Amino acid sequence: MAAMNPLQAIGRVFLSFLGTTGRLTLFALNAVRHCFLPPYYPRIMIRQMIEIGYYSLPVVGLTAIFAGMVLALQSYTGFARFSAEGAIANVVVLSITRELAPVLGGLMIAGRVGASMAAEIGTMRVTEQIDALTTLSTNAMKYLVVPRIIAGVVMLPLLIFVADIIGVFGGFLVSVYKLGFNPSIYLQNTWDFLELLDVVSGLVKASVFGFLVALMGCYHGYYSKGGAQGVGAATTNSVVSASILILCFNYILTEAFFGL
Amino acid sequence: MNEPKIQLRGVAKAFGPKKVLTGVDLDIAKGESVVIIGGSGTGKSVTLKCILGLLTPDSGSIKIDGREVTGLSVGERDDINRQVGMLFQGGALFDSLPVWENVAFGLLSRKQCGREEAREIAIRKLAQVGLKPALGDAMPADLSIGMQKRVGLARAIATDPEIIFFDEPTTGLDPIMADMINELIVHVNQEVGATALSISHDMDSARRIGDRIAMLYQGKIVWAGAPGDIDGEVDPVVDQFVHGRVDGPIKMQVRA
Repeated sequence: MAAMNPLQAIGRVFLSFLGTTGRLTLFALNAVRHCFLPPYYPRIMIRQMIEIGYYSLPVVGLTAIFAGMVLALQSYTGFARFSAEGAIANVVVLSITRELAPVLGGLMIAGRVGASMAAEIGTMRVTEQIDALTTLSTNAMKYLVVPRIIAGVVMLPLLIFVADIIGVFGGFLVSVYKLGFNPSIYLQNTWDFLELLDVVSGLVKASVFGFLVALMGCYHGYYSKGGAQGVGAATTNSVVSASILILCFNYILTEAFFGL
Repeated sequence: MNEPKIQLRGVAKAFGPKKVLTGVDLDIAKGESVVIIGGSGTGKSVTLKCILGLLTPDSGSIKIDGREVTGLSVGERDDINRQVGMLFQGGALFDSLPVWENVAFGLLSRKQCGREEAREIAIRKLAQVGLKPALGDAMPADLSIGMQKRVGLARAIATDPEIIFFDEPTTGLDPIMADMINELIVHVNQEVGATALSISHDMDSARRIGDRIAMLYQGKIVWAGAPGDIDGEVDPVVDQFVHGRVDGPIKMQVRA
């Protein structure tokens, strides 16, 4: 009997994994379906857009500027060995727009916005507010989940577009004021190497990440249970799962855009 | 006899291996006020949630106005919920909205009127539960528990529902506030003519607000009758619960 225990444990974990995957998939499909069905709640949607887009600007901006700065510094160390310092502008702008701004921005948003979504919806669940919505003929999916998902999908690309500019500016600052580059040549290099696809691929990633963060925040909040502890667990799970999904989808999307 | 407003037949619900309801039968006539009593964890809330459509029973039938309501689609369910009001145990007010919008939520979500008119109705309903109009702009978190409960009551009656559910309406309130809530429930039931179903483990409250009391025990209704009859009841389960004795059949169940 004792020998069966490890197998039992593995089986239980596996079953619960399958159950969660199924429930999450249904939740996601249901949420997306409701995105295309009225009624909409514009007031709530606008509030979420401001929360995600505007109030996240400082944290995403700081992330981007330091990422750009450190990138310039590190690539200088590397490229100086090959006397290829001229490529720094190229490296900075490509890394920022393709990878660093969307991924780091997405991770910061997962911590800032995803966590607050999970905590808010989770608290609404455990204080019966979601049940109250249903009894007041309001679909919780449309009222709580759809505005957040749409806000995430729409606002994250805008936010990351700003982060792109700030990140490139960070690289520019370090290159010009610390490494002694000529500002106009640096900017010229930046423009010459940049292609539309670099920026667009980053923004598409941002949109997908916005969906993932909002979906995870809403899903874990919606199914949270067991009072304060349950809400805490939901918050943690939403940040962890959104972060992992962001990194995972980042690879898939990069493969889709630039893979051979 | 007229068709009951709410009719439950053999309603059963289990969560995993735990059988909470094993076959609840209950009829509630139009305009009647029924209180379901029972110990903690006996399935009172589950019964209520099954009727409200928040949970789907495993088997059995629930009819409102003769119409089967188990397994309805979301849209059909909304039609039923239009005539239903619910007071949640903790109030369950939406803490992101001011008090008046909480009260008017049902009116606004069903597009029964514009925001101005909804606000007027909300203020009127607040007055009915003894709250000043100035409170309409406060946020729920700024109110005391008793006030939150009254706002919850105002929200439950805002759409003039035909059926109102009360989940532990007096739990956690001081005796005076509890009596006031009881009075408001009696008022809503008698003067507005709404059908009321409450769940409670507060016997004083149950006697005040109920035309009929039903006792839920081991997943079934084991006793139902007028409040006046419950004191002379010989059924040991009912007797023990009503008089709050430690010794009796219910204790055995707790130990098991």
